Amino acid sequence: MNVQQRPLIACPQCDLLLREIELPPNGAACCCCCGATLYRNRPDSINRSLALALAAALFYGIANTFPIIGINLQGSGNAVTLLQAVHDLWNQGMHLVASLTFITSILVPALELGLLLYLLLPLYLGKVPVGVSPIMRLLQAIKPWGMVEVFMLGVLVSLVKLVQDFRIIPGVALWSFGILTLLLAALASSFNPRDIWLQLDKDRDGVID
Amino acid sequence: MEWPGRSAASLGYCSCHVCSLVSRPQADEYPPRCPRCGTRLHLRYPDSLQRCWALLIASYILYIPANLMTMMETGTLISYRKDTIMSGVIHLWQSGNPGIAVIVFVASILVPLFKLLVLTLLLLSVRRGSTWKIRTRIQLYRIVELVGRWSMLDIFVLTILAALVQIQTMATVRAGTASIAFGMVVVLTMFAAMVFDPRLMWDPLRKRTGHE
Repeated sequence: MNVQQRPLIACPQCDLLLREIELPPNGAACCCCCGATLYRNRPDSINRSLALALAAALFYGIANTFPIIGINLQGSGNAVTLLQAVHDLWNQGMHLVASLTFITSILVPALELGLLLYLLLPLYLGKVPVGVSPIMRLLQAIKPWGMVEVFMLGVLVSLVKLVQDFRIIPGVALWSFGILTLLLAALASSFNPRDIWLQLDKDRDGVID
Repeated sequence: MEWPGRSAASLGYCSCHVCSLVSRPQADEYPPRCPRCGTRLHLRYPDSLQRCWALLIASYILYIPANLMTMMETGTLISYRKDTIMSGVIHLWQSGNPGIAVIVFVASILVPLFKLLVLTLLLLSVRRGSTWKIRTRIQLYRIVELVGRWSMLDIFVLTILAALVQIQTMATVRAGTASIAFGMVVVLTMFAAMVFDPRLMWDPLRKRTGHE
């Protein structure tokens, strides 16, 4: 393709106007002025993201059903799931802290996985789902608020604090959260919004309106 | 440094922040929308500086109670203590967990302070139309965007401990008032970093080098 016919792209961080270039697999295009990443080429992005999203959804389910940690002190003990922890904190009157935890480690990850599955499953089957644009907008808006990896670090710090005074019983959800963290990181790196838009453009080109 | 080309805005082009399609909004179309995904288009985020200042000033105010008031109350049969963020870190250090103490110190004290100071620096430099160390400043902006979320660490630790350590009278943990202020600081500084438009930093450079 002639350079002049390639699509335009503007750097989101310095507004330099550039023309797109072809990328090798797993390559990324960076702005030559400020160094911001412009777009990436992820081979097989839709298939891989779908697989990772399905696996993440499974572990999300386990991580939210079973207790994370149990503690024991001279025969009496306590164990909580994430939702119970949020519920207990709410009942102690700490509404803001409970809401923050609920939104960042329960609601947003669930919403993110749900929306991704809704987008990727039809695309995998060769169809275009309804409402791609609002969903992509929503995905972009909620992305910074999904904090499973920070929550995981929080669990580890809590473990160290608890281990001095209590006997710790690690729950199934503890391991599931660890795996979920890794899966979500892999998903974030394999999911490429650009592929979704290119797919959409391809479908539109075939339609005469 | 020199500005290497033309900016999209100077040629009337607008890039969509959702699908990154570059398009030229028509004059009669208001508000302009992206032809591919229908998102509202802006040359620069609307009222970026004012919104960022407002969120930042609110964060500065809340940063004070977040650090001075009680973050966590711990009670056992023989002892009772109230910890602020800093005294909690010192207690962790003294009880033989220097590694965890450093992690909590970085996430709860250094990162929020760093965010406040960097955003202030960025806002002041944009206001003055400065072109000073522009590459360093854009790096600082990226670091702020990257590390902001990790401040939420203490909120999660608090949630787990306050819910878990409820063994009748033998051991209880309660969240203190500082946790509300601290949570707000984290959320507001994240919003402040989101509404700041980094493209504003490059506009003075374009004017100075006379390209536009």
